Amino acid sequence: MKRIIVCVKPVPDPKHWGRVSMDPDTMTLRREVIPSIVNPLDKHAIEAGLSVRDSFGGEVVLLSMAPPSAQPLLREGLAMGADRAVLLSDPVFAGSDTLATSLILAAGCRYIGDFDLIFLGNMSIDGSTAQVCSQLAELLGLPNVMHVTGLSWTNEGKVIITRKIENGFSKLVGIPPLVLSVRKELNKPRYVPFTGILAAESKEIRVLSNNDLKIDPSQIGLAGSPTKMAGLEIRRFERKRERLEGSPEEIVRKLMDKIYQIGVI
Amino acid sequence: MDFRFSEREEMLRKSVREFAENEIPPKMEAMEKTGDFPAELLKPMADLGIMGVITPPEYGGVGLGYVARTIALEELGRVCGAMPMALQVHHMGCAVINDFGTEEQKKKYLVPLAKGETMGVVAVTDPTGGSDVVGMKTSAELRGDKYILNGRKCFITNSHNSDFWVVIARTAEGAKGLSAFIVEKDFPGAKLGRKENKFGLRGANTGELAFDDCEVPKENLLGQEGGGLAAAIKTISETGRTGMAATALGILTAAYEEAAKFASERPLYGKPIAALQAIQFYIAEIYSQLEICRLLCYRASWLKDNDMRCDNEAALAKYYTCEAAANAAKKAVEIHGSYGIMREYAVQRLLRDAMVTIPAGGTAEIAKVLLARAALAPFKKQK
Repeated sequence: MKRIIVCVKPVPDPKHWGRVSMDPDTMTLRREVIPSIVNPLDKHAIEAGLSVRDSFGGEVVLLSMAPPSAQPLLREGLAMGADRAVLLSDPVFAGSDTLATSLILAAGCRYIGDFDLIFLGNMSIDGSTAQVCSQLAELLGLPNVMHVTGLSWTNEGKVIITRKIENGFSKLVGIPPLVLSVRKELNKPRYVPFTGILAAESKEIRVLSNNDLKIDPSQIGLAGSPTKMAGLEIRRFERKRERLEGSPEEIVRKLMDKIYQIGVI
Repeated sequence: MDFRFSEREEMLRKSVREFAENEIPPKMEAMEKTGDFPAELLKPMADLGIMGVITPPEYGGVGLGYVARTIALEELGRVCGAMPMALQVHHMGCAVINDFGTEEQKKKYLVPLAKGETMGVVAVTDPTGGSDVVGMKTSAELRGDKYILNGRKCFITNSHNSDFWVVIARTAEGAKGLSAFIVEKDFPGAKLGRKENKFGLRGANTGELAFDDCEVPKENLLGQEGGGLAAAIKTISETGRTGMAATALGILTAAYEEAAKFASERPLYGKPIAALQAIQFYIAEIYSQLEICRLLCYRASWLKDNDMRCDNEAALAKYYTCEAAANAAKKAVEIHGSYGIMREYAVQRLLRDAMVTIPAGGTAEIAKVLLARAALAPFKKQK
């Protein structure tokens, strides 16, 4: 194994979702107001990368498109055991939709080069589109397997992939290079050991801008994103309340009528 | 002066928090029921670095020091107070062997402690009482190449969870007649006594050790003969009190979080009770205590990391934080109203746990004696 790239996305910490707000002008999340964490499924992707490296050698490179403030999150992945990280950070990337993001990540993968596997989490908990993995694979001209729940290897270097499908699982055999997006059932991410925290302090986080990637600016960022938010509506849910009066028998009868009416029984 | 935690320390806190929130809650029901420590977590905690956080790397630890240890204990205590209680005593066992042990003793006993193969124990308290260390009766008599120990130790944390114990016993009369020994549980005459049934910190095992003509090889004397009191006092006052303070800090943090969360969610008169000034005053008191105690706890640990004297600061942190945790937990119970006394709600456990921290590791009264001595020292007239 030469090199394994793991894509990592900072997402708003779900513990603070009560404070999440949207920018009415750009119709995007105001990410700066609440703390970020590594997208939970991406930790499973990092674990997958580390496990492959621990068994077959090579290096694990973390790749992220995010503001410079994401560096501590990448440092966390390095503390888990990744070898180095590449952060794609440029104001022209801001507001990118999944296609523009995939374009930027694909450029990052080409910049890193010489990889056998790219791991991603199946989806992020903020957007939940699950589109980036397939788009990235398409842009790189590589096969993509999603919903990966198991990985094993043959003596010939082929990878046997178990993936979750509706009502069961399917098994595929792949030959690297491959793009694999993983589900949480694949593994249990390791905790960050104190020794890893110390080791991460001397690992490299290379920050690249579009000057390094040289992507046509009209294809990235808010302007280059074909997905346009049409509108924003905040739904409010209120519990219906109704007081039933009468004797216990009457109340039960009325209650049963209502249950039948709404079709629960 | 810089009161901020470093990126390393923040990452360490995050790591322990994630571990604690995921791994400890599934064990807590059994801990509450049986009073037993979840020994299956020792290896994962060693892999993380918690077991050997203050032990030098050459003896299997990570050597990150006392601020890192306080962060780890606080985060564990935020989820379950029994965990840092057991671990801080484990760290006392590590510290006393590291400070006073020979190279052979460190290799033999410190390495398995850092690897989480067993737990550290420091047995000082005789049935006659813990505060009067010099009054202890447990004896050790040198006969040939062995010391023969006789007596009992009580209220010993981790007593039933360890393969060996550091035991303080009397080898001669007076304060300089105490010595420290490493006693393996399988030495002839070493016995486990009863397990105590505490009302709080239930998962931190507490019990008795008994020595009936217990044969301890001469090479298991820890430090010099007669150096037992110094070893005990250094370990209790530096590692023990900072550890007890960190344990209480975790409980105090949990009390604050539970109280603030409940007050923000529980409606009364159409609004959350947090809108009531009476409740706000309670929350403000808990929050103030938490902020004060954080400063006290981390200052004492920082002093220790920087090789500065920290005994008074550790006593202050221990005394103040344990009292504050109990007060905060009581207020948190009151904020919860009748829910607060139900087993389903964490605050009742926090109150029980916080109460147990007060006598453990040196009573509040002993701490006050030390603090009064420090406070009066500059004004003491020379005789």
